[in-house]
Amino acid sequence: MENRDDLLVNDSYAPMVNHSEEEGKAIRKKIWKVTALLSILTTLEIIMGIYLSSRSSDLWVVVKWSFIVMTLVKAFYIVMEFMHLGHENKSLRRYIVVPYLIFIAYMIYLIVMEGFKVGNGYN
Amino acid sequence: MAGHVENVDSATAWGGGRSPFNVTYGKMMMWFFLVSDALTFGGFLVALGFAKASAESWPLAEDVFFHFPLTHANWPLIYVALMTFILIVSSVTMVLAVEAGHRMDQKGVQKWLGWTVVGGAVFLGSQAWEWSTFIAGNENGMATLLNNPYNVLNPDDVRYTNFFFFVTGFHGFHVFTGVVINFLVFLQVKKGVYQARGHYEMVEKVGLYWHFVDLVWVFVFTFFYLV
Repeated sequence: MENRDDLLVNDSYAPMVNHSEEEGKAIRKKIWKVTALLSILTTLEIIMGIYLSSRSSDLWVVVKWSFIVMTLVKAFYIVMEFMHLGHENKSLRRYIVVPYLIFIAYMIYLIVMEGFKVGNGYN
Repeated sequence: MAGHVENVDSATAWGGGRSPFNVTYGKMMMWFFLVSDALTFGGFLVALGFAKASAESWPLAEDVFFHFPLTHANWPLIYVALMTFILIVSSVTMVLAVEAGHRMDQKGVQKWLGWTVVGGAVFLGSQAWEWSTFIAGNENGMATLLNNPYNVLNPDDVRYTNFFFFVTGFHGFHVFTGVVINFLVFLQVKKGVYQARGHYEMVEKVGLYWHFVDLVWVFVFTFFYLV
Protein backbone atom coordinates (compact mmCIF):
# COMPACT_ATOMS: atom_id res chain seq x y z
CA MET A 1 0.00 0.00 0.00
CA GLU A 2 1.33 3.42 -0.90
CA ASN A 3 2.10 5.87 1.90
CA ARG A 4 -0.56 8.51 2.25
CA ASP A 5 -0.38 11.73 4.22
CA ASP A 6 -4.12 12.42 4.20
CA LEU A 7 -5.38 9.84 6.71
CA LEU A 8 -7.30 10.73 9.85
CA VAL A 9 -8.58 7.54 11.45
CA ASN A 10 -6.81 4.25 10.61
CA ASP A 11 -7.20 3.88 6.87
CA SER A 12 -9.94 6.41 6.22
CA TYR A 13 -9.20 9.54 4.23
CA ALA A 14 -9.88 13.16 5.02
CA PRO A 15 -12.92 14.01 2.84
CA MET A 16 -15.04 14.27 5.98
CA VAL A 17 -14.00 17.92 5.84
CA ASN A 18 -16.09 18.44 2.71
CA HIS A 19 -19.21 20.57 3.11
CA SER A 20 -22.47 21.23 1.31
CA GLU A 21 -23.55 24.16 -0.88
CA GLU A 22 -25.50 25.63 2.06
CA GLU A 23 -22.56 25.54 4.44
CA GLY A 24 -20.33 26.90 1.69
CA LYS A 25 -22.56 29.94 1.38
CA ALA A 26 -22.21 30.73 5.10
CA ILE A 27 -18.44 30.22 4.94
CA ARG A 28 -18.11 32.55 1.95
CA LYS A 29 -20.09 35.20 3.79
CA LYS A 30 -17.63 34.94 6.66
CA ILE A 31 -14.69 35.18 4.23
CA TRP A 32 -16.04 38.45 2.80
CA LYS A 33 -16.55 39.85 6.28
CA VAL A 34 -12.94 39.11 7.22
CA THR A 35 -11.81 40.58 3.88
CA ALA A 36 -13.70 43.79 4.63
CA LEU A 37 -12.13 44.00 8.08
CA LEU A 38 -8.59 43.45 6.74
CA SER A 39 -9.14 46.05 4.02
CA ILE A 40 -10.51 48.65 6.43
CA LEU A 41 -7.65 48.18 8.89
CA THR A 42 -5.04 48.35 6.11
CA THR A 43 -6.60 51.52 4.67
CA LEU A 44 -6.65 53.07 8.13
CA GLU A 45 -2.99 52.14 8.64
CA ILE A 46 -2.00 53.74 5.36
CA ILE A 47 -3.95 56.95 6.01
CA MET A 48 -2.42 57.21 9.46
CA GLY A 49 1.01 56.38 8.04
CA ILE A 50 0.77 59.22 5.53
CA TYR A 51 -0.79 61.92 7.70
CA LEU A 52 0.45 61.10 11.19
CA SER A 53 4.14 60.51 10.68
CA SER A 54 6.48 60.73 13.65
CA ARG A 55 7.66 64.11 12.35
CA SER A 56 4.26 65.78 12.14
CA SER A 57 2.47 64.23 15.07
CA ASP A 58 2.77 64.85 18.79
CA LEU A 59 0.80 61.70 19.36
CA TRP A 60 3.43 59.43 17.83
CA VAL A 61 3.42 56.96 20.74
CA VAL A 62 -0.35 56.49 20.43
CA VAL A 63 -0.09 56.17 16.64
CA LYS A 64 2.74 53.66 16.90
CA TRP A 65 0.90 51.43 19.33
CA SER A 66 -2.31 51.60 17.33
CA PHE A 67 -0.32 50.34 14.29
CA ILE A 68 0.90 47.41 16.37
CA VAL A 69 -2.58 46.65 17.73
CA MET A 70 -4.13 46.80 14.24
CA THR A 71 -1.41 44.48 12.95
CA LEU A 72 -2.11 41.97 15.70
CA VAL A 73 -5.85 42.10 14.97
CA LYS A 74 -5.15 41.46 11.27
CA ALA A 75 -2.80 38.60 12.15
CA PHE A 76 -5.43 37.08 14.44
CA TYR A 77 -8.05 37.02 11.67
CA ILE A 78 -5.62 35.70 9.04
CA VAL A 79 -4.50 32.84 11.29
CA MET A 80 -7.87 31.97 12.82
CA GLU A 81 -10.10 32.36 9.74
CA PHE A 82 -7.99 32.20 6.58
CA MET A 83 -5.61 29.58 7.94
CA HIS A 84 -8.60 27.96 9.63
CA LEU A 85 -6.79 27.45 12.93
CA GLY A 86 -9.75 28.83 14.89
CA HIS A 87 -11.83 25.87 13.68
CA GLU A 88 -9.26 23.16 14.30
CA ASN A 89 -8.97 20.89 17.30
CA LYS A 90 -8.37 22.92 20.47
CA SER A 91 -5.20 21.04 21.44
CA LEU A 92 -3.71 21.57 17.96
CA ARG A 93 -4.48 25.29 18.18
CA ARG A 94 -2.77 25.66 21.55
CA TYR A 95 0.10 23.44 20.49
CA ILE A 96 0.88 25.81 17.60
CA VAL A 97 0.10 29.22 19.08
CA VAL A 98 1.19 29.11 22.74
CA PRO A 99 4.87 28.06 22.41
CA TYR A 100 5.36 30.52 19.57
CA LEU A 101 3.88 33.43 21.49
CA ILE A 102 5.91 32.66 24.62
CA PHE A 103 9.16 32.37 22.69
CA ILE A 104 8.65 35.47 20.55
CA ALA A 105 7.58 37.58 23.53
CA TYR A 106 10.77 36.49 25.30
CA MET A 107 12.89 37.42 22.27
CA ILE A 108 11.24 40.81 21.93
CA TYR A 109 11.75 41.54 25.59
CA LEU A 110 15.40 40.49 25.59
CA ILE A 111 16.59 41.92 22.33
CA VAL A 112 14.63 45.14 21.98
CA MET A 113 15.33 46.07 25.60
CA GLU A 114 18.98 45.39 24.89
CA GLY A 115 18.73 47.63 21.83
CA PHE A 116 17.48 50.56 23.89
CA LYS A 117 20.26 49.96 26.38
CA VAL A 118 22.92 49.91 23.65
CA GLY A 119 21.47 53.07 22.13
CA ASN A 120 21.56 54.90 25.44
CA GLY A 121 25.12 53.76 25.94
CA TYR A 122 26.29 55.33 22.69
CA ASN A 123 24.29 58.51 23.04
CA MET B 1 -16.21 23.69 9.25
CA ALA B 2 -18.48 20.75 8.74
CA GLY B 3 -17.53 17.58 10.54
CA HIS B 4 -14.10 18.93 11.22
CA VAL B 5 -14.02 18.71 14.98
CA GLU B 6 -15.00 15.36 16.37
CA ASN B 7 -15.60 15.03 20.07
CA VAL B 8 -13.93 11.89 21.31
CA ASP B 9 -12.77 11.10 24.82
CA SER B 10 -9.05 11.40 25.42
CA ALA B 11 -8.53 7.65 25.87
CA THR B 12 -9.81 7.10 22.34
CA ALA B 13 -8.03 10.16 20.95
CA TRP B 14 -4.63 9.10 22.24
CA GLY B 15 -5.23 5.35 22.01
CA GLY B 16 -3.52 4.99 18.64
CA GLY B 17 -4.83 4.41 15.15
CA ARG B 18 -6.02 7.97 14.72
CA SER B 19 -4.71 11.52 14.70
CA PRO B 20 -5.12 12.91 18.24
CA PHE B 21 -5.22 16.42 16.83
CA ASN B 22 -7.86 15.35 14.30
CA VAL B 23 -5.68 16.58 11.49
CA THR B 24 -3.86 14.70 8.75
CA TYR B 25 -0.12 14.12 8.77
CA GLY B 26 0.44 16.38 5.78
CA LYS B 27 -1.40 19.33 7.29
CA MET B 28 0.29 18.95 10.66
CA MET B 29 3.74 18.90 9.06
CA MET B 30 2.84 22.05 7.14
CA TRP B 31 1.97 23.71 10.46
CA PHE B 32 5.27 22.54 11.98
CA PHE B 33 7.13 24.05 9.06
CA LEU B 34 5.20 27.31 9.34
CA VAL B 35 5.94 27.63 13.06
CA SER B 36 9.68 27.23 12.43
CA ASP B 37 9.53 29.64 9.50
CA ALA B 38 7.61 32.12 11.65
CA LEU B 39 10.41 31.95 14.21
CA THR B 40 12.91 32.79 11.45
CA PHE B 41 10.93 35.84 10.37
CA GLY B 42 10.32 36.73 14.02
CA GLY B 43 14.09 36.68 14.49
CA PHE B 44 14.60 39.04 11.55
CA LEU B 45 12.01 41.51 12.77
CA VAL B 46 13.32 41.40 16.33
CA ALA B 47 16.81 42.09 14.94
CA LEU B 48 15.31 45.04 13.05
CA GLY B 49 13.80 46.18 16.36
CA PHE B 50 17.25 46.00 17.96
CA ALA B 51 18.78 48.08 15.16
CA LYS B 52 16.03 50.70 15.43
CA ALA B 53 16.15 50.84 19.21
CA SER B 54 19.91 51.24 19.29
CA ALA B 55 20.23 53.65 16.34
CA GLU B 56 20.68 57.35 16.95
CA SER B 57 18.27 58.09 14.13
CA TRP B 58 16.19 56.12 11.70
CA PRO B 59 14.71 57.38 8.42
CA LEU B 60 11.00 57.99 8.03
CA ALA B 61 9.41 55.60 5.57
CA GLU B 62 7.61 58.54 3.93
CA ASP B 63 10.99 60.02 2.96
CA VAL B 64 12.17 56.81 1.33
CA PHE B 65 9.13 55.09 -0.16
CA PHE B 66 7.35 57.69 -2.25
CA HIS B 67 7.91 56.54 -5.85
CA PHE B 68 5.21 55.34 -8.15
CA PRO B 69 5.84 53.65 -11.52
CA LEU B 70 5.60 55.84 -14.63
CA THR B 71 5.22 59.02 -12.59
CA HIS B 72 7.43 61.61 -10.93
CA ALA B 73 4.91 61.89 -8.14
CA ASN B 74 5.75 62.13 -4.48
CA TRP B 75 3.17 59.73 -3.07
CA PRO B 76 4.42 58.38 0.24
CA LEU B 77 3.52 54.75 0.98
CA ILE B 78 0.97 54.52 -1.86
CA TYR B 79 2.91 51.97 -3.88
CA VAL B 80 3.62 49.69 -0.94
CA ALA B 81 -0.03 50.04 0.08
CA LEU B 82 -0.98 48.79 -3.38
CA MET B 83 1.39 45.81 -2.99
CA THR B 84 -0.14 45.04 0.40
CA PHE B 85 -3.64 45.05 -1.06
CA ILE B 86 -2.58 42.77 -3.91
CA LEU B 87 -1.21 40.25 -1.43
CA ILE B 88 -4.31 40.43 0.80
CA VAL B 89 -6.59 39.93 -2.21
CA SER B 90 -4.55 36.93 -3.36
CA SER B 91 -4.95 35.50 0.14
CA VAL B 92 -8.72 35.94 -0.17
CA THR B 93 -8.82 34.20 -3.55
CA MET B 94 -6.81 31.36 -1.98
CA VAL B 95 -9.30 30.90 0.85
CA LEU B 96 -12.09 30.90 -1.76
CA ALA B 97 -10.21 28.18 -3.66
CA VAL B 98 -10.05 26.09 -0.48
CA GLU B 99 -13.78 26.63 0.09
CA ALA B 100 -14.57 25.57 -3.48
CA GLY B 101 -12.41 22.48 -2.89
CA HIS B 102 -14.56 21.50 0.08
CA ARG B 103 -17.55 21.47 -2.27
CA MET B 104 -15.57 19.39 -4.81
CA ASP B 105 -16.07 22.25 -7.27
CA GLN B 106 -13.16 21.68 -9.66
CA LYS B 107 -13.95 24.71 -11.85
CA GLY B 108 -14.17 26.95 -8.78
CA VAL B 109 -10.84 25.80 -7.38
CA GLN B 110 -9.24 26.28 -10.79
CA LYS B 111 -10.59 29.82 -11.11
CA TRP B 112 -9.63 31.04 -7.63
CA LEU B 113 -6.26 29.30 -7.54
CA GLY B 114 -5.52 30.80 -10.96
CA TRP B 115 -6.22 34.30 -9.62
CA THR B 116 -4.02 33.57 -6.60
CA VAL B 117 -1.12 32.75 -8.91
CA VAL B 118 -1.76 35.96 -10.85
CA GLY B 119 -1.87 38.02 -7.63
CA GLY B 120 1.40 36.52 -6.41
CA ALA B 121 3.09 37.19 -9.75
CA VAL B 122 1.92 40.83 -9.72
CA PHE B 123 3.29 41.24 -6.19
CA LEU B 124 6.65 39.81 -7.28
CA GLY B 125 6.74 42.16 -10.26
CA SER B 126 6.00 45.11 -7.97
CA GLN B 127 8.80 44.10 -5.68
CA ALA B 128 11.18 43.77 -8.63
CA TRP B 129 10.29 47.33 -9.65
CA GLU B 130 10.79 48.61 -6.12
CA TRP B 131 14.17 46.92 -5.83
CA SER B 132 15.39 48.14 -9.21
CA THR B 133 14.31 51.69 -8.30
CA PHE B 134 16.32 51.55 -5.12
CA ILE B 135 19.36 49.94 -6.70
CA ALA B 136 19.57 51.96 -9.91
CA GLY B 137 17.60 55.08 -8.97
CA ASN B 138 14.83 56.56 -11.03
CA GLU B 139 15.09 59.02 -13.89
CA ASN B 140 15.50 61.93 -11.46
CA GLY B 141 18.61 60.20 -10.21
CA MET B 142 17.44 60.40 -6.61
CA ALA B 143 16.13 58.35 -3.72
CA THR B 144 17.94 55.14 -4.13
CA LEU B 145 18.38 53.23 -0.93
CA LEU B 146 22.07 54.15 -1.01
CA ASN B 147 21.08 57.79 -1.34
CA ASN B 148 18.25 57.89 1.16
CA PRO B 149 17.85 60.49 3.90
CA TYR B 150 19.26 58.14 6.47
CA ASN B 151 22.53 57.65 4.65
CA VAL B 152 22.80 61.43 4.26
CA LEU B 153 22.39 61.78 8.00
CA ASN B 154 24.73 58.96 8.80
CA PRO B 155 26.63 57.49 5.85
CA ASP B 156 28.43 54.95 8.00
CA ASP B 157 25.24 53.25 9.08
CA VAL B 158 23.84 51.19 6.24
CA ARG B 159 21.64 49.04 8.46
CA TYR B 160 18.44 50.51 7.07
CA THR B 161 19.41 49.56 3.53
CA ASN B 162 20.69 46.15 4.58
CA PHE B 163 17.57 45.30 6.54
CA PHE B 164 15.35 46.43 3.67
CA PHE B 165 16.95 44.13 1.11
CA PHE B 166 17.39 41.26 3.54
CA VAL B 167 13.88 41.16 4.98
CA THR B 168 11.93 41.96 1.80
CA GLY B 169 14.26 39.66 -0.13
CA PHE B 170 13.67 36.72 2.16
CA HIS B 171 9.94 37.38 2.08
CA GLY B 172 10.04 37.81 -1.70
CA PHE B 173 11.72 34.43 -2.05
CA HIS B 174 8.86 32.92 -0.06
CA VAL B 175 6.39 34.59 -2.40
CA PHE B 176 8.32 33.22 -5.37
CA THR B 177 8.28 29.62 -4.09
CA GLY B 178 4.60 30.09 -3.14
CA VAL B 179 3.72 31.16 -6.68
CA VAL B 180 5.63 28.18 -8.13
CA ILE B 181 3.94 25.70 -5.75
CA ASN B 182 0.51 27.24 -6.33
CA PHE B 183 1.04 26.97 -10.07
CA LEU B 184 2.04 23.30 -9.84
CA VAL B 185 -1.03 22.55 -7.71
CA PHE B 186 -3.13 24.53 -10.22
CA LEU B 187 -1.93 22.18 -12.97
CA GLN B 188 -2.85 19.15 -10.82
CA VAL B 189 -6.32 20.62 -10.20
CA LYS B 190 -6.73 21.16 -13.93
CA LYS B 191 -5.75 17.54 -14.59
CA GLY B 192 -8.39 16.39 -12.10
CA VAL B 193 -5.92 14.67 -9.75
CA TYR B 194 -7.67 15.86 -6.58
CA GLN B 195 -11.15 15.30 -8.02
CA ALA B 196 -10.19 11.65 -8.47
CA ARG B 197 -8.67 11.52 -4.95
CA GLY B 198 -11.97 12.67 -3.47
CA HIS B 199 -10.69 15.74 -1.61
CA TYR B 200 -8.73 18.94 -2.20
CA GLU B 201 -6.55 18.86 0.90
CA MET B 202 -3.47 19.67 -1.16
CA VAL B 203 -5.02 23.05 -1.99
CA GLU B 204 -5.59 23.55 1.74
CA LYS B 205 -1.95 22.78 2.52
CA VAL B 206 -0.45 25.09 -0.08
CA GLY B 207 -3.11 27.57 1.03
CA LEU B 208 -1.66 27.51 4.56
CA TYR B 209 1.74 28.39 3.13
CA TRP B 210 0.27 31.17 1.00
CA HIS B 211 -1.62 32.72 3.93
CA PHE B 212 1.58 32.57 5.94
CA VAL B 213 3.35 34.61 3.26
CA ASP B 214 0.55 37.19 3.53
CA LEU B 215 0.79 37.10 7.33
CA VAL B 216 4.52 37.81 7.25
CA TRP B 217 3.95 40.73 4.89
CA VAL B 218 1.43 42.23 7.34
CA PHE B 219 4.20 42.37 9.94
CA VAL B 220 6.91 43.52 7.50
CA PHE B 221 4.58 46.29 6.34
CA THR B 222 4.00 47.50 9.89
CA PHE B 223 7.53 47.26 11.20
CA PHE B 224 9.35 48.41 8.09
CA TYR B 225 7.04 50.95 6.52
CA LEU B 226 4.86 52.28 9.34
CA VAL B 227 6.34 52.12 12.83
